[in-house]
Formats: sequence, C-alpha cells, structure tokens
Amino acid sequence: MANAPLLELSGITKRFPGVVANDHVDFDLIQGEVHALLGENGAGKSTLMSILYGLYHPDEGEIRLNGAPLRIDSPHVAIDNGIGMVHQHFMLIPVMSVAENIVLGVEPHRGPFLDLDAAEERVRDLSKQFGLAVRPEARIDSISVGMQQRVEILKALYRGAEILILDEPTAVLTPQEAEELFAIVRSLQAEGKSIIFISHKLNEVLQIADRITTLRFGKQVGTVPRAGATQESLARMMVGREVVLRVEKPPAQPGEVLLSAEDLVVVDERGLEACRGVSLEVRAGEIVGIAGVDGNGQSELIDALTGLRQPASGRIVVGGKDVTNASARNVLDNGIGHIPEDRQRRGLVLDFSLAENLALHDYRTPPESRFGWLFPRRLVERARRLLKEFDVRGGGPQTPAAALSGGNQQKLVVAREVSRDPRVLVAAQPTRGLDVGAIEFVHRRLVTERDEGRAIMLVSFELEEILSLSDRILVVYEGRIVGEYPPDVSEEDLGFAMTGGVKDEAA
Amino acid sequence: MVDDPQPTTGIVVSEWFSSRIGGILVPIAATVLAFLIGGLVVAITGHNPVTAYKAIFAGTGLNWFFPWVTGETREAAANDLQQTLILMAPLILTALAVAFAFRCGLFNIGGQGQYWVGFSAALFVGAHLEGMSRPLHIFLALAASIVAGAIWGGIAGLLKATVGAHEVITTIMLNWIAIFGGTYLYEIGGPLQGPQESIPRSDQIFESAELWPIWGSLPSLHAGLFIALFALVVYAVILNRTTLGFEVRAVGFNPEAARYSGISVAKNYFLAMAIAGAFAGLAGSVDLLGFKFSVDVGDYGTNFIAFTGIAVALLGRTKPVGILFAALLFAALEVGTSTRQLDPEVFEPALAVDLATMIQALVIFFVGAELLIVYIWRARTLVRRGSAAQPEAAP
Repeated sequence: MANAPLLELSGITKRFPGVVANDHVDFDLIQGEVHALLGENGAGKSTLMSILYGLYHPDEGEIRLNGAPLRIDSPHVAIDNGIGMVHQHFMLIPVMSVAENIVLGVEPHRGPFLDLDAAEERVRDLSKQFGLAVRPEARIDSISVGMQQRVEILKALYRGAEILILDEPTAVLTPQEAEELFAIVRSLQAEGKSIIFISHKLNEVLQIADRITTLRFGKQVGTVPRAGATQESLARMMVGREVVLRVEKPPAQPGEVLLSAEDLVVVDERGLEACRGVSLEVRAGEIVGIAGVDGNGQSELIDALTGLRQPASGRIVVGGKDVTNASARNVLDNGIGHIPEDRQRRGLVLDFSLAENLALHDYRTPPESRFGWLFPRRLVERARRLLKEFDVRGGGPQTPAAALSGGNQQKLVVAREVSRDPRVLVAAQPTRGLDVGAIEFVHRRLVTERDEGRAIMLVSFELEEILSLSDRILVVYEGRIVGEYPPDVSEEDLGFAMTGGVKDEAA
Repeated sequence: MVDDPQPTTGIVVSEWFSSRIGGILVPIAATVLAFLIGGLVVAITGHNPVTAYKAIFAGTGLNWFFPWVTGETREAAANDLQQTLILMAPLILTALAVAFAFRCGLFNIGGQGQYWVGFSAALFVGAHLEGMSRPLHIFLALAASIVAGAIWGGIAGLLKATVGAHEVITTIMLNWIAIFGGTYLYEIGGPLQGPQESIPRSDQIFESAELWPIWGSLPSLHAGLFIALFALVVYAVILNRTTLGFEVRAVGFNPEAARYSGISVAKNYFLAMAIAGAFAGLAGSVDLLGFKFSVDVGDYGTNFIAFTGIAVALLGRTKPVGILFAALLFAALEVGTSTRQLDPEVFEPALAVDLATMIQALVIFFVGAELLIVYIWRARTLVRRGSAAQPEAAP
C-alpha cells in the first residue's frame, strides 16, 4: 500500500476529573500530507496532541508509528522518533541568538567548547532548505513574532523532526505573516515532512490542509478530504448545527448623527501623536467599521471617545452633547457603551462574580443601590435575568467570571454594555479569540442593536469581520482616516488602503 | 449558542474548593506547622516541647473556658484571659487597617504611624478637654483618633493617587514621622510633656475619658474589645454592602477594568488608605482610653502592635472571621509567653518571647508559602514542557 499511514492514533481516550477530554479518537497521518485538526476551544485538540507529544498519557488507545506500536512516555521519546511540536507559546530565551536557541541542549562542540560556527552553519543550511529566511546570529528579542515561530520550527527540524505539530500557529501572527507561514508549510511538505495543523479557523484549514479531522466535545466527528469541504460543512461538523457564517442583515437605515469626532488629536504614552486629526460621524442605525493595521491610532481613538484619555485637541459630541473633556464615567453616563479590546484585562474583573461584573456600571443607581447602600440580592436577580437573555453559560450569578470560557466572558461584557441601553456602542475587537459559535452570537447581536437604532462603531483588525458587518468602512492609517468605502469594497482595495496605498497615490 | 464543553465544571468545582475549603485549610495548616517547628526548636534547646506549650497555653488564660478548671487556677486563668482579650482589640483594628487597604490592592505598612497619631489625638482630647460627660468625652476622643488616623493614611493614599508614590515607601516614612513627632511632643522639655519634669511622659487622661471596665482589674478588660468587634462588622458591611466597597474591591482586583467602567482609581486609592488609617487610629485610642491612659516616650521603641496586625491580616486572609481568630491566636501567643505568665521552671521567659516571635514569623512564612507552592507548581509544569522542547538527544 503506497498510502499506508506513517502515524496512527487509535481509540485514544483521556479523562480528567469530571471531563472526558478525548473519547476514543482515531487519527492518522500519511507521509507528506498536511492534516488539519479542527475544533472549537476546549474540543480536545490540544489534549490529543499533548498525548502524541508525550506530555499526557492516554487512559486507553494506541499509537503506532510506521505500523509498530510506540509508547510515548515523554517528549524525549517523541523527539527521538521524529515528532516535533511548535507550541502556541514559544519557549525561547530572548537574550540569546537564534542559533544558540536552536542548538540549546544538543550543542555541537569541539572538545569542551561550544562550536557556534558549526551551529550557525547548520541553522543556515536548514533555513535555506525550507525557505525560512532566518538569520542565525540575530537575537530573539530583536526579531518579530513570526520569525520567532520559524525559529521554533527550525528547532524541531534541527532535532530531526519528520512529523511536525503546529498548535494554532496563526493565532499570534498578522495576516501577512500567516501567508508566509503557509508558504513555509508547503515547502516543508514538498521536502517530505508530514504536518499536523491545529486550528479553529475554517478559512485557513481549507487553504492549507489535505485532510481535515474535526473534534467536538472530545469526540471525533469525522475526517474529510479538503476537496468537497466548504466553510459551511466544516462549521456544521465543528459546532454540531447549521451556522450562519455570512451575517444576514437588512440594509441600514441611518438616522441622526449620534457620535461625532472633529479634528481629534490624541497623544499616546510616549507623547507622540497617535491620532492626527480624526473626524468621523456615526449615525443611529448604522455600523461603521474602522479598518486598519494594529497600531495606527485605533486604541487611542477609542480611549479618547470613551473618556479614558483626554484628547489634545478636537471635539467629541455624543447625542448632541459635547463630551470632549468628560471623565470616563461621564461619557458612559451620556450614552456610550464600550466593549473593550481585552475582555480579561479591561472588560471584566475576573475575581468578581458574574452578578458583580454585570453591575460594574449600574451598581451606583437604583435599584442596585440607594444612597451608597448596595443590595447584593438585586444584583443577583438582575444577573439571573441577563444571563438567560444573553445565553451566558458555564455558571450562575455567583460564579467568578474567571471560570467562564472566552466566548461566555465576551457575552457577559456584551450583556452588560447593551443592557444599559446606550445610544452609541463602541466595540473593539469584539470577537478576538472566540470560536465560531460565539462569533456568530456577537455579530448577530451587533446587527440587532444596530436595528434598534444604536450607532455602532466597530474597530477590528480582521478584514472579514469589517467587511461582513459594516455599513460604511473607514480606513485608518498612521493616525488619519485615509478613506471611506462601501461594504462591497474588495479585500484587496481595503488592504491596499490600510497599508497607506491611498496616501501614496494622492502624493 | 455554543454549548460549553464540560471542562468548565471541573474548574469551577476545584476553584470553589480552593477558595472555600482551601481558604480555611491553609492558614490552619500554616499555624500547625509553625507550632510543630517551634516545638522542634524547643526540643533542640533541651526542653520538653509538650510541657512548654502546656505552660504557654496555661498562660494565655484560654483554659478558663474549660469547666473543670476551678479554684485558684480559674482565678489566674481569668486574669490571663483578660490580658489576652485586651490585646486582641488593637490587633483586630490594626489588622483591619492592613486588610482594607489590601482589598483595594494596596499594602499599608503604615499602621504603626496611624496608630500613634490616633493615640496622640485621643490623648489630646482625653487630657486637655475637661468637664464633659463620660460618653461624650469618650466619643470625642475616639472620633479624634479616627480622623487623625484617616489623615495619616490618607496622605499616603493621596500621594499614591496623585503622583503615584508607592504606598509601602510613603507609609514607612510616615511611621517614622509619627514616632519622632510623638517623641518630640512628650520628651523632657517637649511641648506636651506631663507634670513630672524629670520623666518623659505625657499627661494622664481624665477619668471621664477612660473606657468602661468590663471584667477584672489587673488591668481590667475594657469596652475596647466591643469597639473592635463592631469595627469588624463595619469592615464587612462597607466592603460587601456599599457602593464604596464595591468600587474598592473592583479596583483591588483589576484597576484597569475598574477604570474602563468609569470608576476613579485615584479616588479609591485615597479613600481606602484613609479608611485603613481610621481603623489603625482607632486602635491607638482604644489602647490609650482602655488601659494605657498616658504614653511614655520609651513606648515608641517597644510597641510594634501594628506590625503584628499585618501578620493577623495575612493569616486571617482579610476575612472578618479569619481576622477575629488570627487576632485571638496572636494575642494569646503574646500573653502566654510574656514573662509575667510563664513559670521559669518550665521554660526561660526570655526564650519564650523569642519562641512567640518565631512562631509568628513561621505562620506568616507558611501562609506566604502557599503562593510559593503554587508558583513552584506552575514553574514545574513549564519546565516539564520546556525540557520537552530541548531534549538531550542529538538528531
């Protein structure tokens, strides 16, 4: 048989207290293929790969390599057998060079001395062979995250990996870096390496994989070839029901201007102008998407609009009221709801209960409190209602927010902000790190709120999200709005504008 | 929407366990361990740890609660218990000064300074205002100490809130200002020195400012214990039942999220430190009005009650009930090992005092060690994974 699998995992079961993380999962890998492992957060992908890499021991099941049973007690055994893994979080020493990091633990030596020249030579060879373009003498803390990832890949290759496990490799990359990674994966494949690609993103799985295995709640749902698979069919396997990937929305019916900024100049922590005269308007009943590469002044713009940072000059008007120099509390009281960029750091107090988190604004007003006297029972009652309405799962009003999954944490933030009935909703990266089902929820909710007549400003680095949700798109580049586009603009045009294309044209 | 995969329940259960059961178990385990090691040290010095601990326990007066203790032993036990309970009051209050700031994410090391300014303010009211009814006089003295302590703590809070000066540094400095300020006031030739020219001691407060005695006479247990217990209730109510407490806790857990939801972090830093200072200031007046009645300049060098209060707050995990029992433990330990209580035949009093200090230190060490254990556990997991990525075998 030409296509006898190189690696076979059969009937793998792993139980943790109270949970079956893997339930009789079968998985195989054919020499030279890219096999994607798809599933939502918590579906058991990482557990399965940790078993293959020797970090966990399965309760049941068998691993066979080249047809022979193999017991992988530790990562050392895995590596000795040519299995390498690139973790989501890199294990690199920042102050050492690329070559030093790669050879760490297996240093080439001449007598008792480290032979760094030989190390750099080997790293350079490997880098060239697979088209990685890594400079062996560069220090880790001076290179980009994408480069660091390549160093991790090189580390595995240096140790003789034939099978490479990539754990959510694109999670830390920019879209550009992700494209480069895919090119690398293809060249690894061309050199005969076999790759397991863990992901929960449908589009990239369809782009890179030869076969796709989907896990749901620790069970294997199925293995399909890429040919014939669609985003819809994969999403159905992943979530277990039909998922609407395209956001269904009626055309917008914009009303009066609810949020406007005029010539806003905002200075960042380093004293540099991050926003250099931003003017924009958001009307009732429309979603305005702010597209741009991270770091072009979006954070400072949001901070200024929500009262977290005083603008250096310019004017901000919410619902006809000037709130330019108002405090955060004042702005919030004047009808802005804010879904912050980082729900764990800024959106929630993780040690607070769900009820307390939901009351993070309204604890000051009746019926939650009166004359500074808090009524905890009313917080709980209100929370019970909101948790139900927004379908937050994984705990009751008294559960600490830290115990919830990312998707449910975000639902909690959305519930809090929307329940205050704000006229303007500022949503920053509202679906970052969420799985398909939760993304669908947040998107649908934003459209619902739009149709209720709120003005919604959406800031996102995901072009797809901007394109599918926005009624108008503003592109921000180096602290300025450089263009306005209708939602049917092509991704290429938008991408071009985001990198300053329009500005060059004008010059 | 998406069904949450089951793992969350497992996490919830274990978190619930560690926060509820573990929250009680760790301080108890820390205490037991500290006493075991203390016993080991006693044994090394050639004494019998069991008899030593027995003698210390007898010295705390806690045996008064045993119904079979009768006659003269019972009278002695009553006396000892009164001393333990007298000490408990300021320990609770200074612990609250640490705990309240802690809930706002601040470490208040300034309890001692706040204690002394509260003490001095109450002393001024108690010794210089005359002709009032007893309840009014006591009330004014207590109020003065609360205000003074709040100002002293509030200064550190204000510095933190406005220029970001770290509260640990500023409160330590404020401690010394309070100590040297007090020394200056009451020393020989000082502006507030008492009637005896050759003694560096303050005036005595009027009888009308003395807290009501409740039990015994050597000195007697006074109403200060009830003030402290009431303060415990106030502490719990502020934190859990007021919007102020809600803000303080939000800022303490996550200042960034608090800021994002419109809470003024600076305002809460100031208020938390002022309220913390008020508790410590109250401790000063309770000691003064309860049994000290005046201050000797020498006291400034020997009284470290607020530092013991830090230990009480940590052992009690900033929880009201925890603080109550931790204060009882530390007060009993201090009284049980004091020279007056202990039979020198069993254990040299000098050694006993050291033993008490050692046990206190060990308790804090082990309570703190829980964090260390968690840290080591995480590091271990990381190292395991790290070594996985860096094997010895060459390719």
